[in-house]
Amino acid sequence: MTMLRTPPAPTAPQHDDGKWHGRTREYDLVKEFVIALVVVALLTTALAAIFSSPDIKQVTLATWSRSAPDDFVATAATELDGTSGTASYGAPYTHTAGAAQKLGPVSLQHLAGVTQPVDTVNDFVVNPLDSIPADPTLGIALGAWHAATAAQQQTWATDYDTALAKAPTTRPTDSTFGPVPTMLDRLLHLAQAGGLDGALLLQGQFFQTDYTKSLLFIADGTFLADKAAGEHLAGDQWGMMNETGGYPGQAWLWLYTFWYQVPPFSTSDNADALVWGVMALLSLGLVCIPFIPGIRSIPRWIPVHRLIWRNYYRQDNRPGGM
Amino acid sequence: MTISARPPTWTGRLRGRAVHAFPSDTLLPERQPVYVASWIYVFGVLTLAAFLVVLGSGVVLAVAGPQWWHRSSAGHFVNSLHLWSVELFMAFMVVHLWGKFWMAAWRGRRAMTWVTGAVCFLGSIGTAFTGYLVQSNFDSQQISTQAKDGLNSVGIGAFFNVLNFGQMLMWHIVLLPLAVGIVVVVHVLQVRRRGVVPPFDVLPVDQPPERIQL
Repeated sequence: MTMLRTPPAPTAPQHDDGKWHGRTREYDLVKEFVIALVVVALLTTALAAIFSSPDIKQVTLATWSRSAPDDFVATAATELDGTSGTASYGAPYTHTAGAAQKLGPVSLQHLAGVTQPVDTVNDFVVNPLDSIPADPTLGIALGAWHAATAAQQQTWATDYDTALAKAPTTRPTDSTFGPVPTMLDRLLHLAQAGGLDGALLLQGQFFQTDYTKSLLFIADGTFLADKAAGEHLAGDQWGMMNETGGYPGQAWLWLYTFWYQVPPFSTSDNADALVWGVMALLSLGLVCIPFIPGIRSIPRWIPVHRLIWRNYYRQDNRPGGM
Repeated sequence: MTISARPPTWTGRLRGRAVHAFPSDTLLPERQPVYVASWIYVFGVLTLAAFLVVLGSGVVLAVAGPQWWHRSSAGHFVNSLHLWSVELFMAFMVVHLWGKFWMAAWRGRRAMTWVTGAVCFLGSIGTAFTGYLVQSNFDSQQISTQAKDGLNSVGIGAFFNVLNFGQMLMWHIVLLPLAVGIVVVVHVLQVRRRGVVPPFDVLPVDQPPERIQL
């Protein structure tokens, strides 16, 4: 691709190849690289030896349900009645109408489709319970659940969730909630025993490396978020660029994180899409600086280069100079 | 009788183009222009050196497997090397990037040098991000569950699932380092081919790049 040719500047020597044809000095690139490599290796080793690195143990469904059983049951109730964050998320997890974020009139989230379908009722609650053997009471409860109409199931789950919201520490056992109290009680016991971690991860497989469903379930509760806030990792704490334990995290994400803290992004229902749109434009702008009039002239208007090349400007080293 | 200088084989033509583009004194010169005399020039080579330390420590972690560093003090130390080399790599690269901006280092047919450098910066951010996702600890749980919303909102999450540990591990240790590594090589070759950008009185700043050569 050929663009406009640079007109010659009146006072500056010009060269078609853009290269320097003036005085040179000896410069050992290989020696410079070897020294740099040794210095960086030593500096890295010193930093690693002195400061180490953080490794806070992960939250499992077992640790969550043991540490905060009320939060676990409340979250499971929202998975069952379809009001949890995941159940109402939209693409790529559910087909929830109107849930996808928009960038102007376009919803890229919706266009990309549901590629990782999650059925919170069955994936998070019913299927794991179905795998529990030799529990007659649970068997009767699941029998009642499977025999009921979808409308009846929704009524039981919604009523239970509403009652739980009014008294979070008192789990209702009333028969007006149908089999839901028994189901969530058994799900709590399954999680506390560690069985739910395996059930959500394996999903009928033996080898598995996809933690999507486990992480979505855990993130629907408040336990992970509260723990994250204690480590300065919450969204309103610039969490994406932080690291646990006060270690330096991804400081280079400061601009991305910044937009989430200020209006209109901080108050928009489409905050994520808007921030990504802005960052995509800025990233494209960074790559294309040489082609953007005005921006590419900033280095001339603010002459930091005179500091960088101060030795050069002190002497007459220009081509043809003495 | 005229003898064509064009080699008959693809190999010969490739060699001819490579030697023409990168004669030995261009690829590994022993002299630099007199204006190459500032500490700011050190940050380019420091970035390159830190990149090698990142790769080296990452290779050791890859050899031993993703859970090694949780149960071994030696593994934890190598993980620390990997973390701090990444922090240094990004810090050096940011200083290098700002230095090149204030030099308007895209002047004189050097636009592709800037473009490859900026792409390398953005690619490195993506690579580091996937590294934070595959720590397999509390931090990676929180970062992945937060980051999914941004990626999902623009449709990327439909194909690039940050909650899928296996997928992210492959991106972090194979695809992204390979892509960034290739861009780094192209960037360094561009620097060697065009040389270090001269001061402003030799090349004006405002004009668009004369020619972009890929």
